[in-house]
Amino acid sequence: MLGKTAGGLYWMFRYLERAENTARLVDAGFRIALTHSSVAADEWKSIVSTTGENASFRQRHERYTSENVVDFLLRDISHPYSVMSMIEAARMNARLVRTALTREVWEATNECCMALRTTLGEQIADRDLPRALQTIRQQSALVRGALHGTMLRNDIFNFARIGTYIERAESTARILDVKYYVLLPSISHVGSSLDNVQWETILRSVSAATAYRQVHGSQPRARTIADFLIFSRQLPRSLIFSRARIAANLAHLAKDYGMDTASNDFSRTVNTRLDALHIDDVFDHGLHEFLQDFIQENNTLGARIEQDYRFNG
Amino acid sequence: MSDRVYFFDEMGGDGSGRRAPYAEYGAWLDGEDVQRLHRVSQEAEAFFRRTGITFNVYGEPGATERLIPFDVVPRIITAREWDRLVKGIDQRVRALNAFLHDIYHRQEIIRAGRIPADLIAGNEAYLPEMAGFSPPGDIYTHIVGVDLVRTGPDEFFVLEDNARTPSGVSYMLENRETMLQLFPELFSRIPVRQVQKYPAMLRRGLAASAPGIAAPDPVVAVLTPGIHNSAYYEHSFLADQMGVELVEGHDLRVVDGRVAMRTTQGYTPIDVLYRRVDDAFLDPLTFNPKSMLGVPGIMDIYRAGGITIANAPGTGIADDKAIYSYMPEIVEFYTGEPARLKNVETYRCSEPGSLAYVLENLSDLVVKEVHGSGGYGMLVGPAASKSELAAFEAKLRAKPGNYIAQPTLALSTVPILAEQGLSPRHVDLRPYVIVSPQGIDVTPGGLTRVALREGSLVVNSSQGGGTKDTWVLED
Repeated sequence: MLGKTAGGLYWMFRYLERAENTARLVDAGFRIALTHSSVAADEWKSIVSTTGENASFRQRHERYTSENVVDFLLRDISHPYSVMSMIEAARMNARLVRTALTREVWEATNECCMALRTTLGEQIADRDLPRALQTIRQQSALVRGALHGTMLRNDIFNFARIGTYIERAESTARILDVKYYVLLPSISHVGSSLDNVQWETILRSVSAATAYRQVHGSQPRARTIADFLIFSRQLPRSLIFSRARIAANLAHLAKDYGMDTASNDFSRTVNTRLDALHIDDVFDHGLHEFLQDFIQENNTLGARIEQDYRFNG
Repeated sequence: MSDRVYFFDEMGGDGSGRRAPYAEYGAWLDGEDVQRLHRVSQEAEAFFRRTGITFNVYGEPGATERLIPFDVVPRIITAREWDRLVKGIDQRVRALNAFLHDIYHRQEIIRAGRIPADLIAGNEAYLPEMAGFSPPGDIYTHIVGVDLVRTGPDEFFVLEDNARTPSGVSYMLENRETMLQLFPELFSRIPVRQVQKYPAMLRRGLAASAPGIAAPDPVVAVLTPGIHNSAYYEHSFLADQMGVELVEGHDLRVVDGRVAMRTTQGYTPIDVLYRRVDDAFLDPLTFNPKSMLGVPGIMDIYRAGGITIANAPGTGIADDKAIYSYMPEIVEFYTGEPARLKNVETYRCSEPGSLAYVLENLSDLVVKEVHGSGGYGMLVGPAASKSELAAFEAKLRAKPGNYIAQPTLALSTVPILAEQGLSPRHVDLRPYVIVSPQGIDVTPGGLTRVALREGSLVVNSSQGGGTKDTWVLED
């Protein structure tokens, strides 16, 4: 496979994943804005912070109203990380790697883009937001379905999955990091129940509110939420789960190519370290510091993969 | 215009009833409701959008990806008509390759006085770098599109030879795919010859043209200028259908005397490059030094037998419009028999007598730039206004050698589905030819381009043309 194609696949699926995550964040913010109007502005602000795009938001808007945030995160095409911009970027990459995709995956991506151009083409009123978010969810599920249902499990698939999980790991880490203070023992004592609003945003942002209840019951606790999002091997958006999937795909590539790489080596090293950790260690070390380190490692891993597999030359 | 001139309609003939090739289709059509056809026609558009069959329009930043309008009424050709065309095309394509070999070697045709020497010497499409070099199998133009027009039941003319990088073959294939989806019943009712084998034939033909150094299963790749090129869809479609890599210049470099592509596992040599990049951009070391689209050093590797470039650099000399006017002589010179396919009568404005005639009769003629393509920079006399004629006359006088002129042909028509129902429009036909050491293969079908505007004779997609599926019937 061409290095450029591997890079195109990796980025196509990073963009798709990030678009989906952004839509999920908007969904979480919207729920809270609806039910807790007093904290709405703060929640919207923390959601924009999670995407890391506060500065560019401030360039465009003064206040963190639901209207402004929704517009900025979903449909502003002058903002490169809005859902619409990322879906366009994903489609552009899909055109670039068209020969590596099945017709089904290409058509699902193309249709996803066409559908969102319609849905996100005009300002979205609050009452239409759930439907718009539903469309984004559905359309990206169709792309994922086509990927899983029609693609060979070869290097093409590996690069697509690696892109997905690198993005997902970063996204979950960011969600936790923006809210890390509410999970700290000093504010909410170990074992005490969290402020409803805060934990709801966190869990909703990773589509894990129901999953959490199934595993840990209805009483959310700071430590168990952090533990769940970092160390759960069942939760498909946890840090350890994403890392394990990246490792598995890198291992598959190494075997397929008969060639071990620095990135594969790096991935093994950081995973061994993560596997050995316990949630107590994380809190002892400092949750924020742990997450910062994790994000840093994740970036390094991405950059090494890019280099090892010659995405750019 | 249509009041005065008689046009041959391929479905209706002279008006006395449907022509035989359309009998079965017509019977089906009679049972159809125009409303349903319109509905299905809209489905076709949705199908094209979903599939992403688009072309990019230059200079239109807003809507860069556009659809070429597709008409649901097929153009039908009988087995007998087709066999005649294939014989003519085969002969013509053999002559084109022989001509190219001769021009880049001994130039016997010039020595024999059959074409003037300055036709070659002063021509930009002639590449001195190719002189004395013989590509594998002496094949210069592996992929050819021969543009044909029809004026009567048995009157076919070659309008143009496309020997450099003929485009549109993806439309031939996707149009058929669309028709199969929209009207499956027609294909069980009418025996239409298949076009779907084209990508496999192309890959086989390209592989068979690999240089001696290649492994038994040669590595083929398609070279595209990139995602912003107007024909990018076609490039990626062909690579996908052939199951080969689609590369750009920056994926390639010279490694150990071969042109190699950067893969996830290192550099892999390419044996045959089907390039959709023009000569001038192919190698910045040899041609345009500013080109970012090509591969520095590829020409040296090519001449050393390290790669096959299809079509060969310098094939443009064979489809130049000034050369076109000599095609009857060229065909006869190399094949020893008169050309089976007729040329359109052509006036070379470089010749004083012809220029005088052309200026005198400008409003009845079609005038084309010698090196132009895509319907740009041409004058359709009968459709031009007084001021357009005057402006063109000035251009002609300033640079007569830049132009040729042809009579306005009474292009045949085939009905399209217009708002009120079926209505005749002018068409041309581009069959696709693959040349390899194993022989010449003409895919039974081709691209029918149709001028959608009533009365218009310009079928180019860049000028408001559409396409139709082209059916060649089984015997």
